Amino acid sequence: MNERIIGIAASGGVAIGKAFLLVEPNLTVIKKTISNTQDEISRFHLALSEAEQELQAIRNHAANVLGEENAAIFDAHLLVLSDPEMLSSVENKIKAEEFNAEAALQETADTLIEMFQQLDNEYMRERAADISDVTKRVIAKLLGVNIPNIAMINEEVIIISEDLAPSETAQLNRKFVKGFTTDMGGRTSHSAIMARTLEIPAVVGTSKVTSTIKNGDLIIVDGDNGEVLINPSKEEILLYEEKRSQLEAHKKELSLLKNEQTITLDGKQFEVAANIGTPNDVESVLEHGGEGVGLYRTEFLYMERDALPTEEEQYQAYKEVLEKMGRKPVVVRTLDIGGDKQLPYLNLPKEMNPFLGYRAIRLCLAEQELFRIQLRALLRASNFGNLKIMFPMIATLEEFLEAKHLLLEEKQSLQKQGFAVAENIEIGIMVEIPSTAILADQFAREVDFFSIGTNDLIQYTMAADRMNERVSYLYQPYNPAILRLVKMVIDAAHAQGKWVGMCGEMAGDPIAIPLLLGLELDEFSMSVPSMLKARNQINQLKQSEMKKLVDKALGMQTSEQVRLYVKEALNIE
Amino acid sequence: MKTNTYKVIAESGIHARPATGLVKVATKFACDIFIEYKEKKVNLKSILGVMSLGIPKGGSISIFAEGKDEEDALEGIESFLKSEGIVAS
Repeated sequence: MNERIIGIAASGGVAIGKAFLLVEPNLTVIKKTISNTQDEISRFHLALSEAEQELQAIRNHAANVLGEENAAIFDAHLLVLSDPEMLSSVENKIKAEEFNAEAALQETADTLIEMFQQLDNEYMRERAADISDVTKRVIAKLLGVNIPNIAMINEEVIIISEDLAPSETAQLNRKFVKGFTTDMGGRTSHSAIMARTLEIPAVVGTSKVTSTIKNGDLIIVDGDNGEVLINPSKEEILLYEEKRSQLEAHKKELSLLKNEQTITLDGKQFEVAANIGTPNDVESVLEHGGEGVGLYRTEFLYMERDALPTEEEQYQAYKEVLEKMGRKPVVVRTLDIGGDKQLPYLNLPKEMNPFLGYRAIRLCLAEQELFRIQLRALLRASNFGNLKIMFPMIATLEEFLEAKHLLLEEKQSLQKQGFAVAENIEIGIMVEIPSTAILADQFAREVDFFSIGTNDLIQYTMAADRMNERVSYLYQPYNPAILRLVKMVIDAAHAQGKWVGMCGEMAGDPIAIPLLLGLELDEFSMSVPSMLKARNQINQLKQSEMKKLVDKALGMQTSEQVRLYVKEALNIE
Repeated sequence: MKTNTYKVIAESGIHARPATGLVKVATKFACDIFIEYKEKKVNLKSILGVMSLGIPKGGSISIFAEGKDEEDALEGIESFLKSEGIVAS
């Protein structure tokens, strides 16, 4: 079947390859009575040992890719396979009740899962999912069905799935996974952001790739236009192969820019920095000529594990990033958890509006011990590079002053204990709440810098959740209201001699970049793959002209007017 | 039968990671070993059993061992609990 599916262009580039369908296989268990119970028990043990081998391989792979820490969860999975209580329950059902092994295991697992689900703690309830995961693997072995495994892919493929969890995206091996496409998700969903970081072409939100594409179909993923071609014609393949090689040639050209400065045609210099999530990302920041890290999200240290990271673990991670970046600035954002990012082991209360709730600096100021541990780790690491500390979700001046006070307290106590702490660490805030943007002149007297987080600033200014499809059209980076707020923040900071960065999606957007140049933003921080394109664009513009351009845009009425105006004025495709 | 009682001081109680370690230590010994929390007693060689207790910080736990190597077992388990910071040393 030759078909074209339209979705959301989540990560640029063209990928051509065989479809690898990542869908749950049918593991329906049918209960039977068996006569030779001894044979059935042997069959059960054989399936257990096959599942164990598979899990062991996944565990080792996860340890290599994600680190020992993240692989530890698989150790618990492995222990479940040899759990004496579970084994004896299954064996009893086979022996005494003459169940087939699949049904005996399913019944045992169901009882266990129900028990875990009734426990009064969310962390424990989630362990029910682990049991179900392990059970499925054994049942698949008993049924002779294969569970597709993303980490074990060893030929070039394009992944087709309903959605990709962060842990799954992290397991993608770029060598083999050439692209992916999903039924769900949007441009700013986690899987899309990860795809851009990994530079894998991706089309998401197609709503029907898993139901349309069959395993092994030839697929083209056009991540620039948001199109997926199924079993394309010879002509189409040639066309896209041509496009792919052009893109690669262009990429090569851009890579020549990586050691150059970012300067407009009229001689104004800007800094192009990267947003990163883990120390592993630093290598590609440097490969792409990043002049700094404008946003180091520390949440990943806290996620997908079962307890808070220790001061030592955090210290090691921060130190690694600072050391690798050398003298280049690294802006570390303190813990921004809550909202959509939940940590099961913290047992945070469920909220009606988590994005407007107990999160980020609010949580850190309430759970001071947790915050102080992070601050200590940061301060101890500060000696190894050019550290700047930034607090997220600041809404009031009191919040900033309190956070700064805690930081200074920890600094003094560390120094008393004989730790070396860098002097003059710049302390800044994210501007993502309108109240803070409006009082930017007052904040500018207290902080060393601002970083504008446009993803949230736009949502809060427009009062629209960008993940909600019905109102996502209100996510309007070019709306004059947003541009005016950004201008207020930049002007207020410059009046006090402070610098302003931007670490939201907008900083890497080719339509927004000329406007931000005109508003005199100092630092552009973006996903790694956008950096060279942004630098190339800035190098070809004149700031004096962009000032005129943005002056006009600030007076326009709609986001669409601004977008069309910039596109036409600068001839952007 | 030998018994030891402890108070859990680990911030997140006995969750998957410490439970995994505990079970691994327990399975090295031949004797029967049990852990009790809030009047519920389970096999310490069963990860599912230990996790089902959901032991939080501040919980009081008792370890029972019965069999030839019961003293070695209790000693081994205690040194694990202490070295992992699950109970005070």
